[in-house]
Amino acid sequence: MKITKTQHGSALEIALEGRLDTMTAPELEGELNKSLGDVQELTLDFSGLEYISSAGLRVLLSAHKAMMSKGGMKIVHVNDVVQEVFEVTGFSDILTIE
Amino acid sequence: MKELTVDAVLENIPSVTAFIDGQLEALDCSMKAQMQIDVAIDELFSNIARYAYPDGPGKATVGIEFDEENRMCSVVFSDEGIPFDPLAQQAPDTSLPLMDRPVGGLGIFLVKKTMDAVEYRHENGRNILTIRKRI
Repeated sequence: MKITKTQHGSALEIALEGRLDTMTAPELEGELNKSLGDVQELTLDFSGLEYISSAGLRVLLSAHKAMMSKGGMKIVHVNDVVQEVFEVTGFSDILTIE
Repeated sequence: MKELTVDAVLENIPSVTAFIDGQLEALDCSMKAQMQIDVAIDELFSNIARYAYPDGPGKATVGIEFDEENRMCSVVFSDEGIPFDPLAQQAPDTSLPLMDRPVGGLGIFLVKKTMDAVEYRHENGRNILTIRKRI
């Protein structure tokens, strides 16, 4: 998986390319842990993301919780497979997906 | 059935996925079904790697079979680890607010929702889990 970060002031955008699964979820988790400190708004760009498994969902949930007291987190450019994962697990009810 | 036997460790998820992807591509599988099968591999193989062999590493075999007539693909995971039926796990209560429920158990739930069938049996000392998906 490739992780690309773009910072605009207190807004951070993270673009993911590849697969967010058991082996790659810890990379994203590590990246978020060291980046979120002063970030007020987090955008995750999934246009290059092929799929997500439950290991990835866990990381998204903790990022969502971390951003709740700030400007929030949104996910953009979600493909069909990822959208279906969000829907069947109920994640689509809580995450902001555009 | 085409099979691959590897050590049941998380580091082998990519090679198992690549093996199945190669077979699915040769079968002209839709990209969506392939991605869903890849997610199922991640969930199921990681379960085997984490829980099947508490006393040290063991082997796991992943096989693939295709029923041409129905375009039904079966992927079979087997191991000689402790008997464990992942389908017997209680489904997460998805009506509860997400923040209030444990995220564990989501993986197998996801597999059940995205595959056409999931079956478990314990036979000759092996856990055998089969997923079926029309491709």
